[in-house]
Amino acid sequence: MTLTFLFAWLLFGGLVAWLSGKWSKNAPRWISIFVLTVHLVVTIRLWISYLAHNGFGLKTGQWFLTEKAAWIPQWGISYFLAIDGLSILLLVLTSFLGLLAVACSWKGIQTKVGFFHFNLLWILAGISGVFMALDLFLFYFFWEIMLIPLYFLIGIWGHSNRIYATLKFFIFTQASGLFMLISILGLFFIHGHNTGHYTFNYLELIGTSVSPKIAFWLMLGFFLGFGVKLPVVPVHTWLPDAHTEAPTAGSVVLAGLVLKAGAYGFIRFLMPLFPQAGKEFATVAMVLGIIGIIYAAIVAFAQTDLKRLVAYTSVSHMGFVLLGIFAWNQLALQGAMMIIISHALSTGALFILVGDLYDRLHTRDMDKLGGLWDVVPRFGGFGMVFAMASLGLPGLANFVGEILVLMGVFQVNVVIASLATLGFIAATIYSLWMIQRTFFGKNKNNYTVPDATPREIGILGALVVTLVWLGLFPNTVLKTSKNAFHHLQEIVNRSAYKQTEQLQIGPEGLQPQSNKSQSVSGSNYGDMK
Amino acid sequence: MTSLEISKLMPLIVVLLTPMVVMLYIAVKRNHFITMLLSVLGLLIALALIPATRLVPVTRIGSLLIIDNYALFYFSLIFLAAIFILVPSYSYLEKRFGGNKEEYYLLILTATLGSAILAASSHFATFFLGLEILSVSLYALIAYLRQTNEGIEAAVKYLILAAASSAFLVFGMALVYSQTGTMSFSGVTDFLSKAADYNLILVAGIAMMVVGFGFKMALVPFHMWSPDVYQGAPAPVSAFIASVSKGGILALLFRFFAQYDIVQSKPLFIIFGGLAVLSMFGGNLLALMQKNVKRLLAYSSIAHFGYILTAFIAGNHNARFTGAGAATFYIVTYFITIIGAFIIVGVLSSKEREAFARSDYKGMYWRHPWLSVAFSAMLFSLAGIPLTAGFIGKYYVLSTGIGNGLWWLVVIMIINSALGVYYYLRVIVEMFSSADEEKTDLQASVRVGLMTGIALALLTIALVWLGVYPTGVISAIKTSMLMF
Repeated sequence: MTLTFLFAWLLFGGLVAWLSGKWSKNAPRWISIFVLTVHLVVTIRLWISYLAHNGFGLKTGQWFLTEKAAWIPQWGISYFLAIDGLSILLLVLTSFLGLLAVACSWKGIQTKVGFFHFNLLWILAGISGVFMALDLFLFYFFWEIMLIPLYFLIGIWGHSNRIYATLKFFIFTQASGLFMLISILGLFFIHGHNTGHYTFNYLELIGTSVSPKIAFWLMLGFFLGFGVKLPVVPVHTWLPDAHTEAPTAGSVVLAGLVLKAGAYGFIRFLMPLFPQAGKEFATVAMVLGIIGIIYAAIVAFAQTDLKRLVAYTSVSHMGFVLLGIFAWNQLALQGAMMIIISHALSTGALFILVGDLYDRLHTRDMDKLGGLWDVVPRFGGFGMVFAMASLGLPGLANFVGEILVLMGVFQVNVVIASLATLGFIAATIYSLWMIQRTFFGKNKNNYTVPDATPREIGILGALVVTLVWLGLFPNTVLKTSKNAFHHLQEIVNRSAYKQTEQLQIGPEGLQPQSNKSQSVSGSNYGDMK
Repeated sequence: MTSLEISKLMPLIVVLLTPMVVMLYIAVKRNHFITMLLSVLGLLIALALIPATRLVPVTRIGSLLIIDNYALFYFSLIFLAAIFILVPSYSYLEKRFGGNKEEYYLLILTATLGSAILAASSHFATFFLGLEILSVSLYALIAYLRQTNEGIEAAVKYLILAAASSAFLVFGMALVYSQTGTMSFSGVTDFLSKAADYNLILVAGIAMMVVGFGFKMALVPFHMWSPDVYQGAPAPVSAFIASVSKGGILALLFRFFAQYDIVQSKPLFIIFGGLAVLSMFGGNLLALMQKNVKRLLAYSSIAHFGYILTAFIAGNHNARFTGAGAATFYIVTYFITIIGAFIIVGVLSSKEREAFARSDYKGMYWRHPWLSVAFSAMLFSLAGIPLTAGFIGKYYVLSTGIGNGLWWLVVIMIINSALGVYYYLRVIVEMFSSADEEKTDLQASVRVGLMTGIALALLTIALVWLGVYPTGVISAIKTSMLMF
């Protein structure tokens, strides 16, 4: 029941928060805090018990916790939730960021407070579901459920150009999701046709033998669905608009969790379901990742809107995640996981910071800002830390992730790894540029505004502590996800091997190479531990 | 006629008797509320008889009617839809019409009867009979609010075009009859599947019948009437045309082609595939331009019938995903949403005018939260967003299409879904944006009556229920489709 609780509790809490909005403005806030605290406690409890005992001993195909029931048996759809280390980390992240999102909109949201928290909690419920669902239909269901409340969140509490931004966001994600649905259905029918057993069960669909040509198209449907969310560069244009117009909490959830659902989809579904096609597509995907890293960094540098700048840095960082996933070895995957978490924290923090500044100054235009260090030194200090995190300063969490990805990619493709290091330089430039233009220089408009309040210091402080903690002791995270990645790699290698064997046309070069990289990564990992 | 046959016909007989009782009551005394109550009661009795009727072991009533589980399923759907249209009509008429309100119920009842006959007909004669009962009632219903010019205009438009299309249909039937020598559906489809190649007269006959079908279901390019009629007719009548009237024809279309494999027959596949693609694109592209909510619903309804045709073309080979099953499920979800949406349009209308402009809905959430939540749910369902019935319906149709290898139709449907999301969301955005306090006078006077409120609540709950747990309805449909 724990897994059902993890999303149903948020749905329930959202309804209560909505209804309580009639009585007072503070009631929904406190209810959301309570609901999310309970959620956080439960997820951390799961994490601790994973670390404490049976988590590491799980074999491939075993799960830390599962729940299964019939849902629409006529169509082979079941209610199937399961978690492993990967899911646990993302669930903890979900409740932690959710809590911060509620806290950071305490003062900023003054209208329709009940409905706001309803939407926020339902987004988190949908995301929690995405991280647990192992039935492809159920997964798609959660995947789409989070869109509607997010749409409301941006569309109602957003800034001036919000209608355009929300429509763009919704149509991009909805259309790409439908292409993924076609792929899911295609896989469903192929598997049913092959075995006579029609099912959406992820574990049974793994290893379905699909002819390479069809597998490529199905894989492309998934790639589109996850790629738009991540976002991958040619289809990223909705993200800067959505971020710029979203309220702070919306940006935090969007950057911290919604984008991560895309990354999770690549890891959990795309590669295991289409190992051969995925590997053949890997070079293309990694090139897209490189383009994303460099292009988005350049565009970020050209922004004058502070929030838009941060949004583009998100795109750039997600390029690293894409690289890490498609390199598909233990180091790179661990690195991607690390970036997923650290980026959620550091970018969420930057969005909160920008939101706090905007509440005070009513502008995000960097041409008008400057010299704020003297006015709001606390924000300045925090801003500096988060900018350093974003540019990958050793000692902070982002560094660990990016270096692991680079090491992992290096084993697969030296050229791409070398190009990716350019991303570090670009990140340094835009981060320092951002700090320079906001906090240093001359205070042209003579802003005098109050500095951070205890609430804001609490939020930002919590984020700094987590970033430093993960930067110095990344093993807590790496230990948790190691087993899950190992299993996923095993699944991919095994079914890629099976497909090659059956079809007799798989490229011979891939197999030994992937084995090699795996063993190398294993030994490296041992060193680190 | 044996007693068994009569008992099998009971639901139809009750629906036939109800207007007579209502007519007699009107002759004695005019009371709007009691008239409404009597009509709903009649439909409820007919509905209650359906489970018992299922057990009666005859299905064919002469050569004209066939009352099997399939027909009975559509009966229940049509009767339920009619009830959900009648109940909110009461407050709508009270608000908007000063003249005699009672005959409205008579006409709705006869139209319902016509639609039910269509669902049960197995012969050209009953087909035409049902269609005319339905159409003639609709002529009067569309113009029921005599004080409005749009109503009269819409009725005349519908009258002329419907009569013309009926003429096409009858002439088509005659041509088909001249070649096949039979007027029963199964006879005609037998002839079609056995004939080596069709001669010109037969093809012309079928083509003319397709024109008739296309007109009644408002498929592009026979759709011109529908936006004008939806706009001009009273909101509950628009709901009736969009749901009950189209549903009856669709049930008949499925029965007609039940044994016939559309994909295998090149000409029919091209005709229906073309109609489906045109309807999807035509409906959605035209809806994109609309600022008038009633016209928007009309165009979107055209697009939805394009989706349904996709399931229809897929046919019934894949036992797990039969085209008829998918289309029937889609029809159920579509009935719920479109009726709900038009009820809300009716509720928002004032004495002077209906709430057709998108700006009439501006900021509605902050004044009437429950009403807007219900309307959003309807629109989300029409857009096919998960948690609502529309998503499961769309999913069912998609899987039927893929299961039968209609990839290009499925991709076109996906593209159209994305187009559709855009205009539905625009209305929702309008509802949730901040209200201009002075401008929207319509919303200030809105009163949701108790009965209308209950009807809307039931529809919304059904919508979410079907979206989350459709298992029951799917299996109910499956057992009703056994004849295929």
